[in-house]
Amino acid sequence: MSWFTALLVAALALALAFLVLPVVAIFVDAGPGELLASLDDPGALDALWLSLQTSLTALALIVVVGTPAAWLLATRSFRGRELIVTLIELPLVLPPAVAGIGLLAAVGPRGLLAPYGVSFTLSTAAVVVALTFVAAPFYLRQAQAAFAAVDPTWLAASRTLGAGEARTLARVAIPAALPGLTAGLALAWGRALGEFGATLMFAGSFQGITQTVPLAIYERFSTDFTGALGLSAVLVCVSAALLLAVKLGFRAAR
Amino acid sequence: MLRVEVETARAGLALGFEVAQGECLALAGPSGAGKTTVLSAVAGLFRPERGLVVCGDVWLDTARGVDVAPERRRCGYVFQDYALFGHLSAWRNVAYGIDGGDRRSRALALLERFGLTERAHARPAELSGGERQRVALARALAREPRVLLLDEPLSALDPRTRAAAARELLAVLRETGVPALLVTHDFAEAAQLGDRVGVIDGGRIVQLGPAAELSARPASAFVADFTGAVVLTGVARPGPDGLTAVALDGGGEIASTDAVFGPVGASLYPWEVVLEAGAAPSSAQNHLEAEVVSITEIGGRARVALLAGQPLVAEVSVAAVRSLGLAPGARVVATWKAAATRLAPR
Repeated sequence: MSWFTALLVAALALALAFLVLPVVAIFVDAGPGELLASLDDPGALDALWLSLQTSLTALALIVVVGTPAAWLLATRSFRGRELIVTLIELPLVLPPAVAGIGLLAAVGPRGLLAPYGVSFTLSTAAVVVALTFVAAPFYLRQAQAAFAAVDPTWLAASRTLGAGEARTLARVAIPAALPGLTAGLALAWGRALGEFGATLMFAGSFQGITQTVPLAIYERFSTDFTGALGLSAVLVCVSAALLLAVKLGFRAAR
Repeated sequence: MLRVEVETARAGLALGFEVAQGECLALAGPSGAGKTTVLSAVAGLFRPERGLVVCGDVWLDTARGVDVAPERRRCGYVFQDYALFGHLSAWRNVAYGIDGGDRRSRALALLERFGLTERAHARPAELSGGERQRVALARALAREPRVLLLDEPLSALDPRTRAAAARELLAVLRETGVPALLVTHDFAEAAQLGDRVGVIDGGRIVQLGPAAELSARPASAFVADFTGAVVLTGVARPGPDGLTAVALDGGGEIASTDAVFGPVGASLYPWEVVLEAGAAPSSAQNHLEAEVVSITEIGGRARVALLAGQPLVAEVSVAAVRSLGLAPGARVVATWKAAATRLAPR
């Protein structure tokens, strides 16, 4: 092995160790028995249940509104299209704290839309709003790319075979783009499950109402480190499963 | 009957034509001539700046603001790469355009007609090129179209499948009795499948007629070249014995029975050229001394590329190549009849 190959291997080994060690430590530090026991606490179960509920609700909203919106962006060219795409992607690069402040200013108790009766805070709905805001761009971006990659002659063929645009979207474009759409959904879900900053600022951290798993982990890490480890282990497993789903989705797309 | 007029900046198209019931019109032209654009305009997938498409009903009339959506025109469109839906099996592809409870049985009946019963549950990726072409044809026919649109239907096939597919396509065209519009870059394909052939050049149909007529009397050097003839350029003037003499650019003179004068393209087919060693006597009027550039054998025939001031191609038997001892660099005399020399103004 040349000295350069040795250098490359060393770099990879260092990166791998650094990235994997904390994940492994979550499982090793307390041991599986203690981890499972820590999940018995009603606060932990509340947090898991709330995370599942709010992230799935956010996901449903994202799919229902995001799919047609992505289709429009993928199939039409119009003035200002690039600008719209950029605006939609903006939340991807926003710091979570800025997202939280922005949501408060828009739909908080004294926000822009408050005079019209649109205001959420300190409620489960507020969590859904925060998750939707940070996760939607992941799905929109991926769905737009997936739709744009569908062979345009398939869409033309569907039209000549008597299907209108809506039926073409449902029966040709969505099935053809499904691996990409699934990958986008998994990314959005992963982002929603991990959401912390915007939720804390916008919705607060109340057990059973707004305290999602990341917030519960944060609350307990100073007092109940093992409990924090248990919840973290669950998130690691779910995230790993999502990552796997993304990879399989991309493989099927090729 | 199908009546089409299309005028658009795309490919600079400005053309019109009619196709009778049961007739197949083949539009032929080089790549980029806008052939597919014509099909798209008929199918409603592309809206020309000015246009008229009438097939029973008026599908498009830009002057009156009529533009029927593609799903409400009845076009059986066979796309160039067939555009079969990859996520659907063969029978579901065919059934896609069929409404009603008997979709499945009707789709299967169509597949059976094309000898594809065994392949009904295969995905497009599992089908051979010829099978894909037949599924695409079955799918296009499933909606009982009022017009058939065929985009290079044979060009994606290998030569062996092509002959069988062409026979089958001809049978379908005869059977359906609807107007068919076919576009291709290959004159041989157009001649094989089209009752009439229209040659597109510069966005216009420069000549329209039976393929044999286009070959025999090309209206321009472009058409002659497109039909596979060799085109030699020169200047024509009245010659002896009522013939026309053509002084070729690059040297040499040939005779033709056509009476066209001035700058011309003289066309002849490679199989009309006879090669002789030295100046052998012959009844043919046209003799050109030429040098053999290359020899390509195809089956029992050989295409001999020659240089006689201008490039020239002769198609002779392999036996003739042997007996003349032809090889690149050899000097021969290319001979053909004045009557085989067609003149078109340039």
